[in-house]
Amino acid sequence: MLSVSRVYKTFNIGTVNEKKALKNICLHLKEGDFVTLIGGNGSGKSTLLNCIAGVYDVDEGSIIIDGADVTKIPEHKRAGILGRVFQDPMVGTAANMGIEENLALAYRRGKKRTFKWGITNKERELYKEMLSQLGLGLENRLSDKVGLLSGGQRQALTLLMATLNQPKLLLLDEHTAALDPKTAVKVLELTNKFVTEGNLTTLMVTHNMRDAIKYGNRLIMMHDGRILLDIKNEAKQKLTVEDLLQRFGQASGEEFASDRALLA
Amino acid sequence: MLQIILGALMLGLLWAIMTIGIYITYRILGIADLTVEGSIAMGAAIAANCIYGGVNPYLATFLALLGGMASGLCTGLLHTKLKIPSLLSGILTMIALYSINLRILGKANVSLLRMDTVYTIFLKMSFLNNNLFVKLGITHLMPVIVLGIIVVLGIITILYWFFGTEIGCSIRATGDNPQMSRAQGINTNNMIVIGLIISNGLVAVSGALIAQQQSFADIQMGTGSIVIGLASAIIGEVLFSKRSFFSRLVSLVFGAITYRVIIALVLKMGMPANDLKLFTAITVAVALALPEFSSYLRPITKSIRGGASGAIRKQSL
Ligand SMILES: Nc1ncnc2c1ncn2[C@@H]1O[C@H](COP(=O)(O)OP(=O)(O)OP(=O)(O)O)[C@@H](O)[C@H]1O
Ligand SMILES: [Mg+2]
Repeated sequence: MLSVSRVYKTFNIGTVNEKKALKNICLHLKEGDFVTLIGGNGSGKSTLLNCIAGVYDVDEGSIIIDGADVTKIPEHKRAGILGRVFQDPMVGTAANMGIEENLALAYRRGKKRTFKWGITNKERELYKEMLSQLGLGLENRLSDKVGLLSGGQRQALTLLMATLNQPKLLLLDEHTAALDPKTAVKVLELTNKFVTEGNLTTLMVTHNMRDAIKYGNRLIMMHDGRILLDIKNEAKQKLTVEDLLQRFGQASGEEFASDRALLA
Repeated sequence: MLQIILGALMLGLLWAIMTIGIYITYRILGIADLTVEGSIAMGAAIAANCIYGGVNPYLATFLALLGGMASGLCTGLLHTKLKIPSLLSGILTMIALYSINLRILGKANVSLLRMDTVYTIFLKMSFLNNNLFVKLGITHLMPVIVLGIIVVLGIITILYWFFGTEIGCSIRATGDNPQMSRAQGINTNNMIVIGLIISNGLVAVSGALIAQQQSFADIQMGTGSIVIGLASAIIGEVLFSKRSFFSRLVSLVFGAITYRVIIALVLKMGMPANDLKLFTAITVAVALALPEFSSYLRPITKSIRGGASGAIRKQSL
């Protein structure tokens, strides 16, 4: 479903700030794979997701999603087959537009936008039903501005928008990191529900080792722009946080440097 | 007094069209677009030159619309294709338009006295020529007011429809959150260009109608128009409802009219006309200093940083 081959990405090439963020990344996801992606600060997780989504052009290598080579396709054209949720709850939604308007924007992702109405009454019914799945009471606030919602509500809404029309690939970049622990659990459970029920191919970045182990069928660890560990299926089921730290130490020759991950 | 108020109403209606244009870039897209200073004069220049050359005034006004749209397109391409910050893109087009407008006009100003304008047919209509209006001395104002109301209502209706369509929603989303918009498959660059085209088209129509009302076009008439538009928008927001998009558009019209009434009154109270721009600038500066209007400064800071398309790269995840 996703095929990332020999991808390199360097920021600020030729300056003192030159930073090799991705070094020869190869990653292949099968349909329905739910992959958790873990790694220290600055290891290149967000950069990888941004390269897949087309926010950044890659320097070398290719990215193929569902059989289509998207390496040179601009971000807004790739969006039709992707669903994305970001770390910052403010990023995923338009604050000055209503809940239903945001959903309507997502509903038209990948479709041609015309002079037809931006939202129809039939859709409203659909959105009501979907919002009620979130269990946050948003189904009664369809026309409320998204800016009035809490961070957790906005993140849940963004998740719904991302999964609305069965994306080929769902990209989640630490989408619960900015939420309080209780809300984070709720959004994570919703994520798991949407992903498993929709059998969505998913790449989820998290800083929480326990979550990375608990969710999904495959775990990938990045370090310094490379993929260090790739643990699948049964091996992943048996994994513990201690194993993970030990294997990270062996593979990298360093201590795992992320306070947030250890605290978890 | 009635003449003063109706005169202000008349001017307010014509300038309201420009205010709506500025609102689209300034408030919906979040771009401080200085192109308008050139496109309002361009609208006046095209209309004046065409009418002077014998073209039907309605066709002339339509050509002014096209001219304004072309200047919006120019700024849009400078900003989105060449990645020039929006504020600078607007300034570049504005400067270029100064020369272009001089070429269109052929000289610094063109008079339209005794020429047929878009208002002429209303002038001949008997219901606007009744004894009462003649006695009140407002027969020359009524045709402009009637046409102004028709045009403003038409524009509000069209824009209300347009910003409810899929494309219109995408433009609003682009101004609100460009990063999210791209993630939802919206070509934000195109939306910015479309917004600039519509905005400058409206501004040029406003210029064309103003030139025909005052019977002349001059090269300087755009100076300070963005500040006037801002003043009108702020007044509209203070005095009138702004809840729905529709009432927001209407409030812009009332804001533009109120601005003209205020100007007419301060002139009547003896302020020299030459101080008008100073007066307006100070009023807007004071308004912007108030916390309620802090959101009005956002497009300016954003435009300096590079505008809607440039800001996102920096703000990585
Ligand atoms: N737009 C950019 N310009 C320059 N350097 C960047 C940019 N984005 C990321 N980098 C650099 O690339 C490296 C990888 O960053 P990235 O954001 O991918 O890390 P990450 O794994 O997501 O980290 P975190 O866990 O902190 O989110 C970092 O050194 C970062 O400073
Ligand atoms: Mg990151």
